[in-house]
Amino acid sequence: MEYELVIGLETHVELSTATKMFCGCEVTFAAAPNTRCCPVCLGLPGALPTLNQQAVASAVTAGLALHCQINPVSVMERKNYIYPDLAKAYQISQHRHPLCRGGYVTLRSGKRIHLQQLHMEEDAGKLVYEPGRVYIDYNRGGIPLIEIVSLPELSSAEEACEYLETLQRLMRYLGISDCKMQEGSLRCDVNLSVRPVGCAQLGMRTEIKNMNSFSYMRKAIAYEAQRQIALLRSGFAVEQETRRYDVPSGTTRVMRSKENAQDYRYFPEPDLLPVSLPGQWVNALRADLPELPDARAARYEALGVSPAIAQELVRFRAVADYFDAAIRCGASPVFAAKMLIGPYFEAKTGEQEREAFSPCVYPEQLAQVCKKLDTHALSPAQAKAMLGQALRGECTLSQALAGLPEHPPEQGVLEELCRKALRDHGDAVQSYLSGKEKAFQVLVGAVLRAAQGKADPQAVRTLLKQMVDERSFDKNKP
Amino acid sequence: MSIRTMHNGLLKKEFSTVEFARAYLRRAEETRSLNAYIHMTPETALDAATRIDRAIAAGSPLSPLAGIPMQLKDNLSTRNILTTCASRMLGDYVPVYDASVWKTLQSCGAVLLGKGNMDEFAMGSSSETSAYGPVRNPWNERHTPGGSSGGGAAAVAAGAAAYALGSDTGGSVRLPASFCGVVGLKPTYGAVSRYGLLAYASSLDQVGPIAQSVEDAAIVFDEIACADPQDSTCHGKREGCAAGLRHPLKGRRIGIAPEFFHGAEEEIRGAIERTLAEMESHGAELVEIKIPHLQEMLSAYYIIACAEAASNLARYDGIRYGQCSTRGVTREERIRFSRSEGFGAEVKRRILLGNYALSSGYYEQYYGNACALRQRAKEIFSQAFASCDVIACPTCPRTAPALGQGALHPADGYAWDICTVPANLAGLPALSQPCGLSHAGLPLGIQWLGRPFDESTLLNVAWHCEQQANFQMLKQEVSDGV
Repeated sequence: MEYELVIGLETHVELSTATKMFCGCEVTFAAAPNTRCCPVCLGLPGALPTLNQQAVASAVTAGLALHCQINPVSVMERKNYIYPDLAKAYQISQHRHPLCRGGYVTLRSGKRIHLQQLHMEEDAGKLVYEPGRVYIDYNRGGIPLIEIVSLPELSSAEEACEYLETLQRLMRYLGISDCKMQEGSLRCDVNLSVRPVGCAQLGMRTEIKNMNSFSYMRKAIAYEAQRQIALLRSGFAVEQETRRYDVPSGTTRVMRSKENAQDYRYFPEPDLLPVSLPGQWVNALRADLPELPDARAARYEALGVSPAIAQELVRFRAVADYFDAAIRCGASPVFAAKMLIGPYFEAKTGEQEREAFSPCVYPEQLAQVCKKLDTHALSPAQAKAMLGQALRGECTLSQALAGLPEHPPEQGVLEELCRKALRDHGDAVQSYLSGKEKAFQVLVGAVLRAAQGKADPQAVRTLLKQMVDERSFDKNKP
Repeated sequence: MSIRTMHNGLLKKEFSTVEFARAYLRRAEETRSLNAYIHMTPETALDAATRIDRAIAAGSPLSPLAGIPMQLKDNLSTRNILTTCASRMLGDYVPVYDASVWKTLQSCGAVLLGKGNMDEFAMGSSSETSAYGPVRNPWNERHTPGGSSGGGAAAVAAGAAAYALGSDTGGSVRLPASFCGVVGLKPTYGAVSRYGLLAYASSLDQVGPIAQSVEDAAIVFDEIACADPQDSTCHGKREGCAAGLRHPLKGRRIGIAPEFFHGAEEEIRGAIERTLAEMESHGAELVEIKIPHLQEMLSAYYIIACAEAASNLARYDGIRYGQCSTRGVTREERIRFSRSEGFGAEVKRRILLGNYALSSGYYEQYYGNACALRQRAKEIFSQAFASCDVIACPTCPRTAPALGQGALHPADGYAWDICTVPANLAGLPALSQPCGLSHAGLPLGIQWLGRPFDESTLLNVAWHCEQQANFQMLKQEVSDGV
């Protein structure tokens, strides 16, 4: 019997607000342990939370971009469980009345993955293990999170990864999170079940906690799907349980069985008022939404950029913004796109490098180079080499320009080179005149070589044509 | 001596603030058998007093509370000063921050004599669940002062503090005020900041003053009632109440609900009836109203309070602060032993009740129904206040019992709260004040309930009641007789 996978993801996105969710502590990555804490986020007796309005604005922005229904009133609740990294012994989260419901993410195939809800909550601290000791670092405790819960509509590891990448890109576009999996600002729990192909009923699911890399998630899904299928094939049932991915063995292991499932005893957080969102405020956030990646890629394609390059351009908002600035300055979209994706990304291969987009060329400069290209003041090869150097930061654009002749060979020089080519390649001239168009290319190539790549091919072509025509005219002269 | 008299005495330099503080510290020492203080803070008191003396000498403007010696209940966070909640669990807990009310009082120049004894984590009605021993009633030391703010009420009644700040979750300011013959005000939920009040039940807790007189209570309330950006549920200052105390009584409508008097001791019923008749003769209008479901409100109160308490107290694991057991090997064992050793029986009982009420499968039946009843209670009172300005009723159906009775049957102790919990459930302001003495020489209390954020009317009516009851004179006679 063939089986198919059914996957739902619970994604945690850390919001990059200046301060924590319920207190004024600064949010900074990798600060010295327990230096970003106060009575509130340490859960000291008597301290009370106050809601960070910026975090609410970010969460609503995410909800709007994901096409969610924004609830005008939502309720913070206490999720009670005991763990040393949870200072108050409850996490302030949302449960019965979340901030957003519904919404969807569109995959490249056009398939829509629907969302169950999007809610706000606070992060827990972190346990730091050393041989024989455990330390608690509360710096992360109280950092605002949104949790985005998808319906079980993903059907492969690839779809799951694409869904997560799409979310990641969207959050970065909105500027509400840096979504770095390696730093934990994007994390994900995978709910997975399998069922016979064509079966409408869902199988028993397991939950794999805390995936913190795309490749581990892919591997965990592959392993867990095989494990469940093997169980079913040999006549066993899948148990509902919480599992974790074990990196060294590449397997998933049981954390908690269903009998030991936590009872979180949710109840409304009495220390906070219900979250009321004025309609006008939500509308203002809606109006402030930036152009989102899909719309942007479509716009680039309409400008003649190829779909593949358009996708690359919109992957990081900084790159797309740069590209837009360059075309606003008059750069040809096709050329600017090629220059960005080619010379720059060839040098910056790592994901992080690409994300930290910091070209040493201003968009106006890129546009100027494109204009020179249009007027044949530069050859494509020259422009590409020069921009490549400057974009990669090997030298400034003006240094790169200084390394090349500011102008192509002067007309007189170029004419001389053309005459020489005609003299040297008399056979090619004859072939051309007898109708072999290809032979003309031999002449052009000879001139370009002689000019050491500094001549504009179009100019050479025009000049050669003119000379050949004149010569044939001369020849026909009695 | 009233706060106003003290204030004027200090301004006129009839006595120095330091002398005054020393006198109160001496009085607290003399009345040590009451066990009203968990620990005294003489250095803090004398430091503050010295500063106020300097300010007086410099002629700086002073708050009416400047230099007035007072007590804070030991569940209010005080920086660098032990804050135990009368629990072994927090036996060595020294907070790093000040509660907002204490910050406010410090800026007024308050002189802190010490931290008040109380029921452990404010759970109890007799101040007997304290890990530091029971508080005794100054009127008769074999009797309870009521709880949970028993230390504050006993200290104020015995002259060992000019006033005290207590906390009231289901009557914890009003019940001890009633048993000790002093004034206790539970403000409207949201009138006074809870930031730094070690939470028992967050949606019911409110900080309030215990004082010698209605005017003193009004002066303290006026100082501590202000919006606090650190407490989202606290919103707002109204006009000062002390100025309006003498507003004429004529035309004030006093609602009387027979339900509140069911089960009240005859002496209490009689004293209240006499007081109300007196007030009627001075122009108040008595109106009969209905307040149904009191018994259900009591049940709802205990479900909500215990549920929130179970969550609020889950953080006490002994890892970062407080009692840490030396027993147990694993983290889980260590936490279990710390909690078993740190908490007393009443606290454990309420944590168990609360977790049960919230657990999956029981939530709707218990917590859900309790919340629905709470909503109903708000409606019942809102309707009642359509035909009256304040409601009069007993604070407690009985006078202060002998020590040791509450511990035998916890549910009996819960029943003492039947007249006080409705105000917490509905978020209303309420005040208890003495209205007579029992034949056994114990104070009898009358309670007033008011409209939300209408402490002005409440205090105004209570001030007139104080004029009629003339309790101060009674108290003097009794003291003279002893």
